[in-house]
Amino acid sequence: MTTIQNIDAARHDLLVILRHAPHGSAWLREGLEVALVAAAFGKRVALMFQADGVYALMAGQQAGALGQKGTHPQIAMLEMYDIETLWVSEEALLQRGLEPDDLMLPVTLLDSRTLAHVTRENPYTLVF
Amino acid sequence: MTSRSPDTHRPLSYALLVHGAPYGHQAALSALRFARALAQRGHRVATVFFYHDGVHNASTLMSPPQDELSLQAGWRELHAQQGSALLVCVAAGLRRGLLDEAEAARHGKPAANVEPPFELTGLGQLVDAMFSHDRLLTFAP
Repeated sequence: MTTIQNIDAARHDLLVILRHAPHGSAWLREGLEVALVAAAFGKRVALMFQADGVYALMAGQQAGALGQKGTHPQIAMLEMYDIETLWVSEEALLQRGLEPDDLMLPVTLLDSRTLAHVTRENPYTLVF
Repeated sequence: MTSRSPDTHRPLSYALLVHGAPYGHQAALSALRFARALAQRGHRVATVFFYHDGVHNASTLMSPPQDELSLQAGWRELHAQQGSALLVCVAAGLRRGLLDEAEAARHGKPAANVEPPFELTGLGQLVDAMFSHDRLLTFAP
């Protein structure tokens, strides 16, 4: 578990906080789009997944019955864009019955105190 | 307001990121009111970036009743008074039917509803605005 003592919170240019599930709204898609564009412009981007945003990382997603393209192709592109810092709220994950093994990519779990610390340390933050 | 150092009176350049559609949510009107308040304090909104459902703020066809404030007129007035760039994410806009003349022609559409001073632009401009202004504030529903 990464904690407030050992996290390197401040080495990013931009923190994008994602709080919505893949389907049902455009928040996740449009938040990820900003992250990818910023990375393409050479910014060091970190992502933070909170609340239903943790569903963004679930393995086995498909373009679903809702007729939406889904966001898993964007998640799959993160590594190519050098977006490797994926901070996940441990509380949000557990509340939804998920474990890190259920996710598409390796992530760093953070407790709520460390999430707050990370947010404070990153002055450039966008919330989706 | 806890700090009263001289530095707090330095004029700052602001970017506003607007995610809220006009009239459906308070976000866009709050952004406009904030922009006016900034000017009164000697600051300047250099850029307004419309994203997510906020792109609807750019529609020339917005027709509120006469006894209601016109957000379209408000944004234009902001541009006239502060020279604020009014930037609209082109990808978010096209999906939602916000097209300027060039995009309307390119997509074979019968009408355009985005006119200067609103500009369709890419998300790179939002990233630029974040890092080139003193502050960026988000107004979301």
